[in-house]
Amino acid sequence: MERVPILKLGDILIVSIQIDLDDQSVLALQEDLADMVVSSGARGVIIDITAVEIVDSFIGRMFSTIAAITRMLDAETVVVGMRPAVAITLVELGLSLGGVRTALNLEKGVAMLEHVRGAAG
Amino acid sequence: MSAPRELPIATNGDVVVVRQQTRSLAAEIGLSLVDQTKIVTAASELARNALVHAGGGRVLIEVLEGGRRPGLRLVFTDEGPGIPDIEQALTEGWSTAGGLGLGLSGSRRLVDEFDLVSAPGEGTRVTVTKWAR
Amino acid sequence: MTVPAEAARRRIVDLFLSSEERLLQRWTQVSGASPDELRDLYQALRTALGSEDGDFADVRGLLAELSRARARQGHTPSDTARLVFSLKEALYEVAEADGGPEALRGFVWFSRLVDDLGLFTFETYSAAREKIILDQTEQLLELSTPVVKLWEGIVAVPLVGTLDSARTQVVMEKLLQTLVDTGSEHAVIDITGVPAVDTQVAQHLLKTVVAARLMGAECVISGIRPQIAHTIVTLGIEFGDIVTKASLADALSYALRRSGVEIAGAAKTRIAVRAERA
Repeated sequence: MERVPILKLGDILIVSIQIDLDDQSVLALQEDLADMVVSSGARGVIIDITAVEIVDSFIGRMFSTIAAITRMLDAETVVVGMRPAVAITLVELGLSLGGVRTALNLEKGVAMLEHVRGAAG
Repeated sequence: MSAPRELPIATNGDVVVVRQQTRSLAAEIGLSLVDQTKIVTAASELARNALVHAGGGRVLIEVLEGGRRPGLRLVFTDEGPGIPDIEQALTEGWSTAGGLGLGLSGSRRLVDEFDLVSAPGEGTRVTVTKWAR
Repeated sequence: MTVPAEAARRRIVDLFLSSEERLLQRWTQVSGASPDELRDLYQALRTALGSEDGDFADVRGLLAELSRARARQGHTPSDTARLVFSLKEALYEVAEADGGPEALRGFVWFSRLVDDLGLFTFETYSAAREKIILDQTEQLLELSTPVVKLWEGIVAVPLVGTLDSARTQVVMEKLLQTLVDTGSEHAVIDITGVPAVDTQVAQHLLKTVVAARLMGAECVISGIRPQIAHTIVTLGIEFGDIVTKASLADALSYALRRSGVEIAGAAKTRIAVRAERA
């Protein structure tokens, strides 16, 4: 099983998925992120899926779960860089990624986190 | 043209291999990027279904040629418990393994042809086909 | 009396090979084609029939070329096929002159071969036509679906004409890709120029809006005609929380406000100035 590296930049954690995720790696990433949010005191998480060619229901559910978990730990999650073909397929599949914030790219994801925090005070 | 290839589905890693093989064949026969993504996603869902519900199975991936357009056919077979009520299994949101219940009904929307044969105690066979446009 | 098939074939091929001048002359007469064209074809047939494995690839290549060339000159595909078929008439005279049962039985075999070749020219013709039509359809799709930038971060697709399912899909994929390429967070789908939508097209529009949202962008649909609004409601399609605006201008002003651009009320200011002067 391959583990996805988690980078820390200020109070943001950045995960860039570059591998073909199997279900085991997905679950591991979920756990690692939750641990890391707590240990680093991060306020935001960005999951970059620019390189991801497919998102099936399992991976899609991971995004929702991570968003919900990090929100409980007082951090917002943004999924960035979803490809058009992936988005179209998710819609057809019937997956709405409820509760997950999305942005077009990493830069806009960072801006979104700042905006959300600014609004929250 | 490539000969049909059969792949085992016994581990999480096998699901990834099924995705990769499906992707490379889909690209080979000239499916559009969106259609490639759809058939690969369907393959991922159905392979996971076989793994989770039946403890494993196998898939036959076949390129269809000779028609007006080439196509890609995937046949997933398992010797699991089978599906007692197919209508119900294809209903949106129906799930037995704690999933989202999108595996079967969702995959059906991602492909051009979908065929499900199953009976309790006799395993399940799902055949999906995507044609190049 | 039966004649072994093999002997019959050999006989007719022999006749074909030995009476080149006579055949060509008669073939030219019957078909009205130029002797040069036919001579090339004859040579290729000769090579194919003489070869061990009966390889007709060269003949087919030549026929495909002939079919294309004649189509360009304005011949119908039937003309070209008839040209090939007329070889039968020429050869029949040779076979009749021979008079032997092998020659006649062989002729039946040979004429089947010629039929196949004639039909092949027809297939080539329709395949070429099909390709032209496909290319044009694609070009038309490309032409009819411009994605334009309205403002920094705002793009629009003005849709004009009847939308079918295939076209809507192409437009929508193009729109989503443009969002990525330009980093635009707002898109306007303007359907002022669309006379009608059916369930499928409405579904595609909806799915695009949802897909854009999944990618982190917002879509506004503008220019919905009263009839289309009526259709959508009658069909029971849920537009839910999707933003719709009456005109492209309204949609643009909405998108501008959403992206934080302020619009000064120019018209009102002017009235105020006049009032002061009066």
